[in-house]
Amino acid sequence: MKIIVLIKQVPDSTDVKIDPVTNTLKREGVASIINPFDMYAIEEAIRIRERFGEGEVVALTMGPPQAEEALREAISMGCDRGILVSDRKFAGSDTWATSYTLSQAIRKIDDFSVVFCGKQASDGDTAQVGPGVSMHLDIPQVTYVKKIDKIDKGSATVERMTEEGFDIIETPLPAVFTVVKEINEPRLPSLKGKMRAKKAEIRKMSADELSCEEDKIGLDGSPTRVSKVFSPPPRGGGRVLEGEPEEVSRELTGLLKDIVIG
Amino acid sequence: MPDPIKVINDKCVGCTLCVKVCPFGAIEMADKKAVIDLTKCTLCGACVKECKFEAIVMAEKENKKPVSDFSMYKDVWVFAEQKKGSVQSIAYELLGKGRELADKLGVDLCAVLLGDNVKAQTEELIHRGADKVYLVESPKLKAYQDDPYTKVLTELIRKHKPEIVLCGATVIGRSLISRVAVTLRAGLTADCTGLDIDEKEKILLQTRPAFGGNIMATIITPDSRPQMSTVRHKVFKEAEPDTSRKGEVIEESFPDDTYSSRSRLVDIVEEIEETVNLAEADIIVSGGRGLGGPENFEMLKELALTLNGAVGASRAAVDADWIPYSHQVGQTGKTVCPKLYIACGISGQIQHLIGMKSSDVIVAINKDPEAPIFSVATYGIVGDLFKIIPQLTKHFKETLGK
Repeated sequence: MKIIVLIKQVPDSTDVKIDPVTNTLKREGVASIINPFDMYAIEEAIRIRERFGEGEVVALTMGPPQAEEALREAISMGCDRGILVSDRKFAGSDTWATSYTLSQAIRKIDDFSVVFCGKQASDGDTAQVGPGVSMHLDIPQVTYVKKIDKIDKGSATVERMTEEGFDIIETPLPAVFTVVKEINEPRLPSLKGKMRAKKAEIRKMSADELSCEEDKIGLDGSPTRVSKVFSPPPRGGGRVLEGEPEEVSRELTGLLKDIVIG
Repeated sequence: MPDPIKVINDKCVGCTLCVKVCPFGAIEMADKKAVIDLTKCTLCGACVKECKFEAIVMAEKENKKPVSDFSMYKDVWVFAEQKKGSVQSIAYELLGKGRELADKLGVDLCAVLLGDNVKAQTEELIHRGADKVYLVESPKLKAYQDDPYTKVLTELIRKHKPEIVLCGATVIGRSLISRVAVTLRAGLTADCTGLDIDEKEKILLQTRPAFGGNIMATIITPDSRPQMSTVRHKVFKEAEPDTSRKGEVIEESFPDDTYSSRSRLVDIVEEIEETVNLAEADIIVSGGRGLGGPENFEMLKELALTLNGAVGASRAAVDADWIPYSHQVGQTGKTVCPKLYIACGISGQIQHLIGMKSSDVIVAINKDPEAPIFSVATYGIVGDLFKIIPQLTKHFKETLGK
C-alpha cells in the first residue's frame, strides 16, 4: 500500500518569545519544525505500512528550499522518501493555490491509497488545505480522524472526532484523511533512521514539472489577498491583586460578579 | 520571472522601518539597504505600505484579469449548521454579524438549511434575522456527510450567487466549506475575528489572527465571488430572536445523484460524559502543572461547577495523565474564547496562550510572579492556589446564593 503524507514546515512556537515592549513575537533565530499535527499523520502512515508489512510512505511538502529539512526529519521517523515542491512561482499562495499545487504533485505519484495530513497547520490554523486537496483530486475525505478501525487496499473504516463524540465512517480508497492528536503517539527518530535521512535523496519538483496552470499557482492563483497587517492592541488593564487568600478571593469575586451572574 | 517583490536600492535610505514592520522576519539590513529574504517573505505587502520612500515594490500581477463584473452577486448567506435536526447556536451568531453586513450592503440576509424534516427550524432562522431561508430536505441530508453537502451547497451558490457566504469554523463547517470554495474557485478566510464592509469598494474585510494571534491580518477577495469566511464559536454575539420578523422560505431540490455519497456514515457516537465542549463554555477554569497531581483537579471541578463552567487544562497536565486530552486548551488542544478564563497553576507557555488569549477576561493564579501567564491576565494573583481556589469557590457560592 502506498501512502502519502503531506507535511508543512512551521516556526517552532516553543522557541518564540513575546517582546514585552511591542507585544509582538521575537522571531530571530526561531527554529523550524514539522507542523505538530503532521507528526501524527506521519506516525499513522508508518504504522499502517508496518501493519501491512509492505508498501511505501512518501512525505510531500511545499515550501522554500530549506523545507527539505522537514522531509529529512520525516524520513528519519520512517518515511521511505521525500518530495519537495518548491518554486519561486509558488510564492504568495493561499490555501486555494496551495491545495491545487499539492494535488498536482500527488497526481505524479501512482496508485496511492491514502493521503494523510494533520488537521491543520500551527502557523496558519486554517484546516483548509486537506479538504482542498481532496476536492482538487476529486476523492473522498474524512477530517479529524482519531482512529482507523479497519483499512485494506480498497476501503477503510475510520472515526471522525466531533464536538459531541465521534462519527464512524466507511470510505472507499484512495481518500484524504486529516488526523487529530488522539490518533497516536508519534515515535522519535531512530539512530538508523537519522543516518538514512542524512543520505536520502530528496526529489524536487518545480511548477513546470507539475504541469501547473500558471493562473492557479502563487499569488495569481490565490483568490485572497492580505490587505493589511497590524499588531493587535495589547491586552490592557492587567492588574495584580495582592493580599491574603481570603482578601484577594473576596476582591476577585466582586470584580467578576457581573460576568459570573451573566 | 521577475522577483515578486524587490527593494529599489536608489530609493532605500536604510531607515529600517520595513524590518520592524515585517511580520515574518524576512527583511534584514545589508550595507544600510533593506534586503528581502524571499524564502521567508509571504508577499503580504506590509513593508510596501510602511516604506515612506516607495523603495519596495511588488510585481504587478502578470496576467491582469479584466475587471470582473460582480453585479450579479448579491446577498449575504449564512450556512445554518444543524445536528439531529436542530440548528446550532453558531448559526445564530453568524446571523447576528450577517445582518450587519447585509444592512451595510443594502442586500438580503439568507440562511441555508440542509437536513431532513427540518422545515420547522426555518421560523427561528427568520426570527434571528434571515430575510430568506433556502431549504433543501432529503433523508440523505439528515446528518452531515461531505459529498452531498458539498454538492448541494455548491449548486445553491452557483444558482443564486451570493456575494458573501459565512460558515462556522466547526468540525462540519471546516470540513465542508473548503471543498465548496475550491470547487467555486472562491477565496476563503478561516477563523475571522472581525468582519466588515469596505464602504467604498463594497467588499468584505476579513480580519483574523495570523501566527498564533500575535499579528492581525485583514484579508480581502477582490477578484472572485462569493467571498467566504469561517468564524469560530463565540466570536460574534447571537442575534436576538424577534418573533415579529417575517421572511420567505425557498425550498429547493436536486437530482438524486447530487445527494449521493462515496463514503458512508455508519454511526454517530456521543460521548457526553467524556467530551467537554470547551468551545461552547462561557466560563473555563483551567489547571496546569502547578496543581501537582490529578486529585487536585477536584478542587477546580468544584469551582467550575459553582460557576457553571467547564474544566480546562494545559498540555503539561494532560501529558502527565492528570486529566483527559479533551480538556486540553492550547495549540495542540482546543482554542477557546470564553467570557472568563481562570488559569490556575499554568505558567503560560506560548502554545497555551495561543489557545486562550482571546478570552474576554483572564484571571491568572500562580505562585511564580514571573510566569508568562501574567502578561495576558486581566487580573493576576501571585500566591498559593491551594489556599486561594477554595476561598474563591466559597465566595462565589455566597455571591450566587448556592
